[in-house]
Amino acid sequence: MSRIAGVFSALREQGRQALIPFVTAGDPEPSVTLPLMHALVEAGADIIELGVPFSDPMADGPVIQRASERALAHHVSLHDVIGMVRDFRRTNEHTPVVLMGYLNPLEVMGYAAFAEQAAAAGVDGVLTVDIPPEEGEVFVPAMKAWGIDPIFLLAPTSNRARIERITAAASGFVYYVSLKGVTGAANLSLDNVRQKLAEIRSCTDLPVGVGFGIKDAQTAAAMAGFADAVVVGSALVSRIEANIGQPTTAIAQIKGVLEEMRAAMDAG
Amino acid sequence: MQKNEMRLTDLPDEHGHFGPYGGIFVAETLMEPLDELRVAYEKYLQDPAFIAELDADLQHYVGRPSPIYHAERLSRELGGAQIYLKREDLNHTGAHKINNTVGQALLAKRMGKTRIIAETGAGQHGVASATVAARLGLECVVYMGEVDVARQEANVYRMRLLGAEVRSVSSGSKTLKDALNEAMRDWVTNVDNTFYIIGTVAGPHPYPAMVRDFQAVIGREARAQMLDMTGRLPDALVACVGGGSNAIGLFFPFLDDADVVLYGVEAAGDGLATGHHAAPLCAGRPGVLHGNRTYLMEDKDGQIIETHSISAGLDYPGVGPEHAWLKDAGRANYVAVTDDEALQAFHRLTRTEGIIPALESSHAIAQAMKMAPQMDKDKTLLVNLSGRGDKDMHTVAAREGLKL
Repeated sequence: MSRIAGVFSALREQGRQALIPFVTAGDPEPSVTLPLMHALVEAGADIIELGVPFSDPMADGPVIQRASERALAHHVSLHDVIGMVRDFRRTNEHTPVVLMGYLNPLEVMGYAAFAEQAAAAGVDGVLTVDIPPEEGEVFVPAMKAWGIDPIFLLAPTSNRARIERITAAASGFVYYVSLKGVTGAANLSLDNVRQKLAEIRSCTDLPVGVGFGIKDAQTAAAMAGFADAVVVGSALVSRIEANIGQPTTAIAQIKGVLEEMRAAMDAG
Repeated sequence: MQKNEMRLTDLPDEHGHFGPYGGIFVAETLMEPLDELRVAYEKYLQDPAFIAELDADLQHYVGRPSPIYHAERLSRELGGAQIYLKREDLNHTGAHKINNTVGQALLAKRMGKTRIIAETGAGQHGVASATVAARLGLECVVYMGEVDVARQEANVYRMRLLGAEVRSVSSGSKTLKDALNEAMRDWVTNVDNTFYIIGTVAGPHPYPAMVRDFQAVIGREARAQMLDMTGRLPDALVACVGGGSNAIGLFFPFLDDADVVLYGVEAAGDGLATGHHAAPLCAGRPGVLHGNRTYLMEDKDGQIIETHSISAGLDYPGVGPEHAWLKDAGRANYVAVTDDEALQAFHRLTRTEGIIPALESSHAIAQAMKMAPQMDKDKTLLVNLSGRGDKDMHTVAAREGLKL
């Protein structure tokens, strides 16, 4: 069983939901990422989504755009991000890591070369925002050949035929984008998410994570009422931005936000 | 040619692919809206009432057909091929961009959308979008990089006069590519009531095909006009290529005319060797950006790099996927012209023919000036004069140390 499947199966037995924090690798500088990843696990993260910086993050709101720009100021490459996961794995063999980003850096490295190197470093899944399954004929098998789960997005605009097609291509879990908008947006409707999740579950047994626009413990707990995983990104990354030059403070604040979410989700 | 061989004009395929290029590389939220757009476009393309309305607008509002002008004095001075200009600069709003915005706005109206968004570099597409939005009473938001807002002040004011809201984009390199990113973010957020008018033949399917089809009126007219004026097809076509909409609009109706040589002219900026340019076809490599696979300007890690051109309309790190395909297929030639060469051509055309070309179009003129002397006097070169140069007065004056 893959690390991701193992985590979901264990949580399911406990009747709990996964908490998945997102941070951008190399933000605000490369040396912060490794201690930050370990801190996320201490604060209750079940899976880590590690953002691969990209110059043109079309699906991201301003908070994560600026995180990408900070990381790119240090020339953090996909190669460097894989290296960070390798370092993380030296002391953590159980927490799955999903790389999240855009396709072009993978195109340049080559799908097979990426999958091989990422798998060797201990990467468990990859979520490339801008590759729908229609364009994934080469990409999906290349990832699966090395045991990397291709994680796909579902959206409020995905109709039933698309949900079926996407869940057929996906493995690990699927990621439901909870609103029409970019990461960190403010127009989340719990009722809409609940309805759509019911439709998705009627198409697949894969765990369903929910993300985009989850800002606080209360929303995280509400989402955990009907999702298998809650993804939180901008609410954490904004703490890095508020504490540039003070990584210890940033990490402490991020742990605080995550611990509150963890407690609220487990209480619910 | 084998009878059942696929013709270049048959592309893209049903998934928007031109060979390995094109396609749909967007976040899931946009997949369904793009499909809705594709269905609407395919439907109305076959709808006689839609086509009639489009043709009437092109005639009475845009001022089509645009003339072809024989630049006799310039041709004589150069001493070679006869240069003809397709006068897209004479269109309403001063460039070819309006051909596409008129078409997409009619489509937006048919689809029941009440809000239009657009990205713009030089501001020509922004002005053309604001223009059609004003005419149809649609809300209009134009995204424009902070750098371009500063260097195209007059066009920003024109858009505001037309009732559009111009949003300055300060992320990334603060130019056209970032304006496109921001427009995509707006679209994904307001997808229910919003129609995104992309200004060039890039972006996810169906945009490259749709924008091409709206711009192909340039080549259809030109083909008939040249036959009428000279009794035969031109020996070569020359057009500038940023995203590539004026070039593909001219080239497309000639793709099956194997004897007509095609030249797309990219911006070499300070020179290809300096790295300061905007010539992905001449000096880039294939990758994925803005919803399609095409040639890009990128670094070794796949990050998109900042481009440079004196002309804001060519200052883009990607290019339409059909151009990528025509390059690989060997059907079109892609070359690059520096800022200095484009400026010389700008002045030369202005002084010899009394026509002030846009800096974008000046790149095509510069290429024609290189080619004409190498060709016999009975050969013909058709250059797409895609826009007029009024918007560039400040840029040209500043180069000469003047402030207007």
